[in-house]
Amino acid sequence: MQQQEPDRIQVEDNDDVVRVRARVREAAERAGFGHVDQLRLVTAASELARNIRLYAKRGLVEILPVRKGNRRGLHIKFEDSGPGIPDITLAMTDGYTTSRGLGKGLPGSRRLVDDFEIESALGEGTTIRITKWLYE
Amino acid sequence: MSAFKVPILKVGDVLLVSIQSDIDDRTVVELQQRVLQQIERTSARAVLIDISLLEMVDSFTGRMLSDIASMALIMDAETVVVGIQPAVAITLVELGLELKGVSTALDVDDGLRILRERMKDKQRRRAAGADDHATAGT
Amino acid sequence: MTSDNTTPPNAPNPRTIRMLSERESAILESWIENRVNSSDFRETLISGEELSSDSQSFLRAFVTSIANSNVEEMRGKEFNAIRRLLLDISEARAAQAFSPSETAFYVFSLKETLLPFLRDEYQDDPQLLLDEVNKLSKALDKLGSFIFVSTIKNRERVIRQQQQDMLELSTPVVQIWDRIICLPLIGTLDSRRTQLMMERLLDRIVRSRAEVAILDITGVPTVDTQVANYLIKTVNAVRLLGSTCIITGVGPSIAQTIVHLGIDLTGIITRNQLSDGIRMAFELTRQKVVPINSTGDPDAGAEGGDTDERVQSAHP
Repeated sequence: MQQQEPDRIQVEDNDDVVRVRARVREAAERAGFGHVDQLRLVTAASELARNIRLYAKRGLVEILPVRKGNRRGLHIKFEDSGPGIPDITLAMTDGYTTSRGLGKGLPGSRRLVDDFEIESALGEGTTIRITKWLYE
Repeated sequence: MSAFKVPILKVGDVLLVSIQSDIDDRTVVELQQRVLQQIERTSARAVLIDISLLEMVDSFTGRMLSDIASMALIMDAETVVVGIQPAVAITLVELGLELKGVSTALDVDDGLRILRERMKDKQRRRAAGADDHATAGT
Repeated sequence: MTSDNTTPPNAPNPRTIRMLSERESAILESWIENRVNSSDFRETLISGEELSSDSQSFLRAFVTSIANSNVEEMRGKEFNAIRRLLLDISEARAAQAFSPSETAFYVFSLKETLLPFLRDEYQDDPQLLLDEVNKLSKALDKLGSFIFVSTIKNRERVIRQQQQDMLELSTPVVQIWDRIICLPLIGTLDSRRTQLMMERLLDRIVRSRAEVAILDITGVPTVDTQVANYLIKTVNAVRLLGSTCIITGVGPSIAQTIVHLGIDLTGIITRNQLSDGIRMAFELTRQKVVPINSTGDPDAGAEGGDTDERVQSAHP
């Protein structure tokens, strides 16, 4: 149940990725996450925002505090209309790298958060949704 | 962020790289270039990268550190990374980044000590005629 | 909860209320006797006087609360009073080491006690008897359930608090020697605890400039895959900082579990005894413990006897 407007950031270049990190850190701190959890969120966001820049050239990041019952959390969506991921299962396995030797960092990012959803269609784009919940 | 270059100092035959704030991808790429250029220019035998002020290390930065270590080694320089913050260590482990070939130390003092030991070892081995590439990095 | 002249629906018949007040002492006598004679009652825990006095308070409060009240809902202020009374009685019983369900059973037992009295009153009208029995039963059931649930909730709250306390009551990180620290772990490790433990350990390593951290798991009864993975994660994080992590206190049962679970411990240093871990820590920090002879000098070839041991650093 979302009551507020998400914080939206267009991602096209390097500086945008930097902006995403800063805004995620602020949002995580405001949401009440401790120091290490804040870093987990920022690191995961950095990986996924960079993916947008590298593979899709441009996309959108949305940050939104959420609730589930009486648990509070932070939800971040990474959306692009890029080429899409041909084999999601493969991309989600550790050790997978593209020809450039850079993995998409997906399995690692998933380990940093609690909920991780990914949708992708070839030629249409990719949407990744991550959520981290406060331990209460 | 790219207005300030990461300071690189030569101390004895060690190149001291002090990363003083969170760096973006562009700075990362640039830094790698500069370090290698400086190794060549100053004939440095060792590189000490101080990241005690770095609050986030993701796969891009992690890969830079690994790459610098590998490339420096090819240019006959040993590398040590010092000052990884505890929270950063935790996220790196969770990300699954192994930082291959990167030795680490708690702080600059320890880092320098380790570098000296390694350089001494290397000299000894070479004097004895041993093969250089028998052991890498760590 | 009504202030007009009509009796609210589901309120007991005024005859019942009157009867309950008039026959109060007989009811009390019967109720107490029933309670004392019941199989689960422990008379050594409570005095006859106290039982008497509590029973009287409850019965009166009960009668007051149900007079002119809707027993289907029991929402009025008069019900707050009786609920408060039940909570007080329950607390007193708990302090007297009665079981948590004691007060609930105490309330339920009043139902049985009242039956003969109601039968007496409504000999002439079986339908009315049935109605009144239902109403009183309902009211007492609700009150009995209320106190039962309250007691359980209270216990759960106490347990949660104790768990919280235990989580915070963590073992201190001990500085064993220069640059060597030790963290003894005690009890079962869950993900939250292990997380906090790891953060604490890493912070301390940086602050104390510890080259070696010994994680002693002698006090950890079981290790499952998840815990083992956390320990491995901790060791790797320590290594990243530039220090070495040794795990000690690995006994036969944990060793078996680890092998059976197929957990890969390559690169992880483990020892059975803490002392072995400490010995290794000294080696790793280029230090050595040597005996000294009676003149106070380090004795290279000492053989037992009256010697002290002193730690010698490999170099300043």
